Amino acid sequence: MRDIARRFSFWDERGHAKATDPIMSPLSLIVALLALSIFAYYFGRRRAFAMAGGRSRSLHSRPGYYGAYAALWCALPALGIFALWLTIQPTVVESIVISALPDAMRNLGPDRMSLLLNDIRNVADGAFSADRATPEVAAAAAHLNRLNATGNGALAVVALALAVAGLAFARTRLAPTLRARNGVERTVDILLVVCSSIAILTTVGIVLSLVFESIRFFGKIPFFDFVLGVEWSPQTALRADQVGATGVFGAIPLFAGTMLITAIAMLIAVPVGLLSAIYLSDYADPRVRAAVKPILEILAGIPTVVYGFFAALTVAPLFRGLGEAVGLDVASESALAAGTVMGIMIIPFISSLSDDVMNAVPQALRNGSLAMGATKSETIKRVILPAALPGIFAACLLAVSRAIGETMIVVMAAGLAANLTANPFEAVTTVTVQIVTLLIGDQEFDSAKTLAAFALGLVLFVLTLAMNVVALHVVRRYREQYD
Amino acid sequence: MTDAGETLSGRHRDPAPNRPALDDRRLRRRYAAERRFKACGVVAIGVATIALAWLLFSIVAQGYQAFVHTYIKLDVAFDAQQLDPTGGNTPEALARGNYGGLYKNALRDRFADVKNRRDRRALYALLSRGAEDDLHAMVLSDPSIVGSRKEVWLTASDDVDMLLKGKIDRDRPERERPIEDRQLAWIDSLAADGRVETRFNTRFFSAGASREPELAGIWGAIMGSFFAMMVTLLLSFPVGVGAAVYLEEFAPRNRWTDLIEVNINNLAAVPSIVFGLLGLAVILNFFGVPRSAPLAGGMVLALMTLPTIIIATRAALKAVPPSIREAALGIGASRLQVINHHVLPLALPGILTGTIIGMAQALGETAPLLMIGMVAFIVDIPTDPLSPATVLPVQIYLWSDMPERSFVEKTSAAIMVLLGFLVIMNAVAIYLRRKFERRW
Repeated sequence: MRDIARRFSFWDERGHAKATDPIMSPLSLIVALLALSIFAYYFGRRRAFAMAGGRSRSLHSRPGYYGAYAALWCALPALGIFALWLTIQPTVVESIVISALPDAMRNLGPDRMSLLLNDIRNVADGAFSADRATPEVAAAAAHLNRLNATGNGALAVVALALAVAGLAFARTRLAPTLRARNGVERTVDILLVVCSSIAILTTVGIVLSLVFESIRFFGKIPFFDFVLGVEWSPQTALRADQVGATGVFGAIPLFAGTMLITAIAMLIAVPVGLLSAIYLSDYADPRVRAAVKPILEILAGIPTVVYGFFAALTVAPLFRGLGEAVGLDVASESALAAGTVMGIMIIPFISSLSDDVMNAVPQALRNGSLAMGATKSETIKRVILPAALPGIFAACLLAVSRAIGETMIVVMAAGLAANLTANPFEAVTTVTVQIVTLLIGDQEFDSAKTLAAFALGLVLFVLTLAMNVVALHVVRRYREQYD
Repeated sequence: MTDAGETLSGRHRDPAPNRPALDDRRLRRRYAAERRFKACGVVAIGVATIALAWLLFSIVAQGYQAFVHTYIKLDVAFDAQQLDPTGGNTPEALARGNYGGLYKNALRDRFADVKNRRDRRALYALLSRGAEDDLHAMVLSDPSIVGSRKEVWLTASDDVDMLLKGKIDRDRPERERPIEDRQLAWIDSLAADGRVETRFNTRFFSAGASREPELAGIWGAIMGSFFAMMVTLLLSFPVGVGAAVYLEEFAPRNRWTDLIEVNINNLAAVPSIVFGLLGLAVILNFFGVPRSAPLAGGMVLALMTLPTIIIATRAALKAVPPSIREAALGIGASRLQVINHHVLPLALPGILTGTIIGMAQALGETAPLLMIGMVAFIVDIPTDPLSPATVLPVQIYLWSDMPERSFVEKTSAAIMVLLGFLVIMNAVAIYLRRKFERRW
C-alpha cells in the first residue's frame, strides 16, 4: 500500500490552483454529471410523451421509466470511467514524473525513491515551501501539479463526453415499444445487490488492511515477542546508535491494563445494570418507569468524548483527593477513574440487553412460581435469573467487548506508560490508547511503530469479533428453547 | 415454596387442615429479603441517576460561564496617522493600520502614571490580542470614524476574564496566580469606573480554533461536523436503504445473504477505532482522499452508520403488512413499483427515525477521526468537504488537553453545544416516531 500512499495532491483543488488552474475538480464534476442526468430524466420523459402523441397508454412503460432509462445511460458509464480514472491516474502521473527526473535521481533505490516522491508530493501540495526545496524537486512538483491538472481536465472532458454520448444513445433507443421498465428495474436490482455487498466489502477491507499491515509488523518484530513480551516501549530513537533504538513491543502490559479497566467497569456496570433492569420491569410502577427509562437512554446517548472529559477532569481528581484523605496514593490517571466512568457508560447497555433477555422468559414460568406462593424476589432469583442466565452471560460478553474497544474514555483518562500491575490506583495503559498514540500525528507508514498499531488493531478486532459471535450464538440457541 | 409443595403432595390422603401453620418468623424473613432485594433495585437506579446528574451538573457548572466574556471599555482615539498612514481610506490601506497601537495608546492614556517598559507590557496584557481585530472590524465597517474619538468595549485577556468570573483566587500569593498585583489594581480601578463588563461571547460561536482561549470558538468545528455529516448522510442513507430493501424484499434465502446478514450484525459491534484504522489504510492511503478532510471523516462515519441504518430500515420494512404488497402486486405493479410506491413511503418514518439516530451517533464519534488526521490544529473555517477541518467532538478532545484554565470552560461549553445538537436530533426522531408511527 505504501507505493501508492498519500497522494492527496490530486484531490486538492487549491493545491492545483497554485500551479495551474484545473478545468474542473472531481467534486464539481460529480455535481455536473448529476445535473446532466437529472436533465436526461426530464428529457427522456418528455420525448416518450412526444413519441406517444401525449397518450401514455400507447407506451410500453410509464413515461417516468423512459426518463430513468435515459438518466441511467447518461450517468452510469460516466461515473464508471470517473471511478476508474481516479484509481489509475496517480500511478500514471507518478511514473511520468519519475521518468522526467534527471538521470541521477531516477536511478535511486526503492527506499530513497519513495522518500523523494514524498518530498515532491509535499511540495506539490504546498505543505513544504517550494523555495526551500532543491530545484529538481521543485520542478518535479510543478510537473506533478501540471500533470494532475491536465489529468483532471481530461477526465472532465471524457466523462462529460461519455455522459452526452450515453444520452444520445438512449435517445436513439427511445421508442414506444422500448421495454424501459424492465431495463431500469434490472439495473436497479443490480444496484441494490451492490449496496448490500458494501457491508461485506467493509469487513473485507478491515480484515485485509489489518492483516497486511500486521504481517509486515511481524516481519520486523517476532510474533511471540509481541504476544508474550512484558515490556512495551514503542519509542524508536532517531539514530541507530542511541539507547532503545529499536523499540520494544511486548503487548502483555497493554492486555493486562485493558483487562484491569474492563474488570472495574464490569464490576460497576453488571450489578447496577442488572438490578435496575429487574427493578424497572418487575417493581417500578409505570410513572417511575417512564421517568427512569429516559435517564438510561440519555446515558447511552452521551458521546464517549464527554465521558472522557468527565473522567479526566471530575472523577480522577475526586478519587485522588479521596485517596489522599485516607492516605492512599492514587495516580491522577488511575485505572479506577477510567474504569468507573466506563462502567457508567456501559450501565444502559447491560440494562437494556438483560431487560430483553428477561422479558423473553415465558410468562408461564413467572406465573407458576408466583402461584406457588413465592415472593417476587424469590421468583426472580430462583426462576427468572436461572432461566435467563445464558442471555445475561451473552449480554455481559457484549458489554466486555464494548469496554475493550472503548477508546476516548481511556485516551483521556488512562495513562500512556505501559505498566504491568493489578493495582487499580495506578495508571495503566490500554490497547486502544496505544493505537491512538502510535497513529496520531505525522508518521512514516513503514516504521514498526506505526505498523504496531495495526497489529494491536487486529488483536482488538479478532477479540471483539469472537466475543460477539459467541454471544450471538448463545442468545440464538437460548431463544429457540422457549419458542 | 416448600410449604406449598408439601400441601400439594398431601392433598389426596388428607385434604383437610393438615396444612403446616404459617411460621411467622420465616415469613417475616422472606418479606425482609423481598424488601432488601427491592431496595437493591432502588439503589441501582439511584446510582445511574446520580451518575447522570453528576456528569451533567459538572459540565454545566464548569462551562456555563463560557457563553459570556469580559470586556473592557476604553476611550480609543482612532488616529488617522496610525490607521491610514498612506491616506485614501480604502479597505486595503486600512488593513495596514496599526490597530494594536490604538488600544495600547488608550490604555496608556487611562493609566498615565505607568511609565516603565515592563509595567506597560503588563498593562497591555489586560487586553486580548483579539482587541486588535475588534478595532479593525469597527474601522472597516465604518471608515468615517477614523480621526474621531470613541468609547469602545474591547475583549479582555483570558486571565482577566477568569479573575472576574471568580476562577482565579485573588487572595492567593502573587506568584501562584497568573494575574500580578499591579494588574489587579488596574482592573479594580477600571471596574470602579464601570469600565468592566461581561457580555455574551459571540466569538465563541463565530471563531475557529485558536491557541488563545479568549479567541477560540467552535464555528470551525461545527462547519467541519456539518460537512462530515453531509458526506455521511449522502453515502450511508441511499446505500443503507438500498441494502435493507434488497435483503428484506428481494434476496433469496441462501448462503450469500446469510453471510451479508452476519456481516452487518458484526459490523455493528466492531470497535469504532478499528474503523479508524480502515480509514487510514484504505481511504487515505489507498484511495488517496486528503488527510484531515471532512470527506474522509464522512466516509469512515458512513461505514459505521451503515449497520444502524440497515437494521432500522429492515425493521421498518418488516412492519409494513404484506397485504399492502399483495394488493399492489394483484393490480399489476412490478415488485419495484410495489416498493417504491407503497412500501417505502409507509416505512419512511421508521427509516428516517433510524437514520437520525445513526447520524446522532456519528456526530458524537471521535476515535476513528483521530486516526485520519482530523486532530490537526486548523484555524481556518472549512469551506468545502475537501478543506482540512476538525469536528466538534474532536475539538472537545483537543481543548480538554490544553493547559490554560480557561479552556476547561470552553471545553465544557462545547460539550453543551454538542449535547444540544444531539438532544435536538433525538427529539426530532422521537417526534417523527410519535407522529407517524402506524400500527396495523
